[in-house]
Amino acid sequence: MAEITTLREAVEGLVRDGDVVAMEGFTHLIPFAAGHEVIRQQRKNLTLVRMTPDVIYDQLIGADCARKLIFSWGGNPGVGSLHRLRDAVERDWPAPLEIQEHGHGDLSNAYVAGASNLPFAVLRAYAGSDLPKHNDKIKFIQCPFTGETLAAVPSIRPDVTMIHAQKADRKGNVLLWGILGVQKEAALAAKKTIVTVEEIVDELNAWPNACILPRWTLSAVCRVPGGAFPSYAHGYYERDNRFYQAWDGIARDRDTFQKWIQAHILDTDNFDEFRRVLGESVSQEK
Amino acid sequence: MTPSAYSTNEIMTIAAARLLKNGAVCFVGIGLPSTAANLARLTHAPEIVLIYESGPIGAKPPVLPLSIGDGNLAETADTVVSTPEIFRYWLQGGRVDVGFLGAAQIDRFANINTTVIGDYKKPLTRLPGAGGAPEIASCAGEVVLVMKQSARAFVRKLDFVTSVGHLDGGDARRRLNLPGKGPIAVVTDLCLMVPDPVSKELTVTQLHPGISTEQIRKATEWEIRFAPELMETPVPSKTELETLRDLERRTRVAQGNFTAA
Repeated sequence: MAEITTLREAVEGLVRDGDVVAMEGFTHLIPFAAGHEVIRQQRKNLTLVRMTPDVIYDQLIGADCARKLIFSWGGNPGVGSLHRLRDAVERDWPAPLEIQEHGHGDLSNAYVAGASNLPFAVLRAYAGSDLPKHNDKIKFIQCPFTGETLAAVPSIRPDVTMIHAQKADRKGNVLLWGILGVQKEAALAAKKTIVTVEEIVDELNAWPNACILPRWTLSAVCRVPGGAFPSYAHGYYERDNRFYQAWDGIARDRDTFQKWIQAHILDTDNFDEFRRVLGESVSQEK
Repeated sequence: MTPSAYSTNEIMTIAAARLLKNGAVCFVGIGLPSTAANLARLTHAPEIVLIYESGPIGAKPPVLPLSIGDGNLAETADTVVSTPEIFRYWLQGGRVDVGFLGAAQIDRFANINTTVIGDYKKPLTRLPGAGGAPEIASCAGEVVLVMKQSARAFVRKLDFVTSVGHLDGGDARRRLNLPGKGPIAVVTDLCLMVPDPVSKELTVTQLHPGISTEQIRKATEWEIRFAPELMETPVPSKTELETLRDLERRTRVAQGNFTAA
């Protein structure tokens, strides 16, 4: 049952070192505030799962929170490389990072299998691809009815899933809309789910078929306005493209990155303060 | 219009856009494929259905999206579904006519690499990875590839086969039971190639205006084949060029905070 609490308390209570943690949001509603709190509380040895590990996972990997990454596309959307991810994979800095690599269709199916309480997902893919040679979690099976060869991948069952959504009501039921990616499946596949929301309202006033996560499927709901920044929240604010571009320069160099993480995340108490400090450092550059 | 009146990037995008038929259901990758698909929608193919892997179906973005999940894709789509649904019901379900992709490396049978340059375990350059490309390359009715041509990109042997084209050629796709026809064309900044009907090896059939066969040989690591009768890509029409430039200008203005940074 969802407890309405602070993000700090939610991460303190629910995320442990060594956990399998999924943070989802397909360009939209990326749970940046939740990711920052994991860095701030210096969780270690996490297995991070995410279809599109972008800037938020670059920050977590560079801050030495992860030992393994399960993913299907890792880049800074519209900008280029993730330099912290590349430094970890290419040069083992700050630590070696094991990678387990899939395609989007595969990984999204694996979340569906997790939410469905099935041991694996099945799909038509990977014939002729090198991915199964480097990922022993991709296997091939025979359809028991037609004999067709199909790919099988184990379901994703995170210890904790973290997502960001637009609204919760005062009981903790959550409503999200726009590009939904794989958030619902990631939430229902997890043992525990933390949701940050833009606002908590008296009534969700949701239409039938709206994407609602009932409070009894969630562990914690935390009000963090702007918590998807620098990604966007449909109906609330747009993507801050300047930040994504600026990140390229910050993440390229280890020292610059470490100073940024120290000043903006480790030395701040919460996401509001992060936004304030970031605002100051951006205006100093002008 | 003389070749100097437009850039090599522009003719690549325009030549790629021309391959998309009006009304086709097109699964679009970000970057060049998205630019070409939207150009097609704004010129000869107003009824084209653009699907982006983040969930929008029938997206009609007023400016080019920077990422695969921009808000303008959701706002202009006929419907927005979840990512699992995109891959399960729409792509694997056989509802996509054309997959439109780019890549870092391609070989003579149009297999592509978007994973790694160098050894997988000790990479020289770690690339973003598969995204939806392996499933698109398998399941889309056909695939069009668009990428800049150079000997570093058009290679004898891929460092990693992320997504299959025609594998080792011939009827290899059929033997592996791949549902789609695979790549039907590769559009570059120099030329257009299509797979040979039998061997499936990429064959240059069309040169962009002012481009020599020698330039194409130099920009291909393998010994590239040419069709006996080479055609010339028609120069961009005024409408094509103006529509493309206007789209890119609108995009820059809309994302002014991006370019100004």
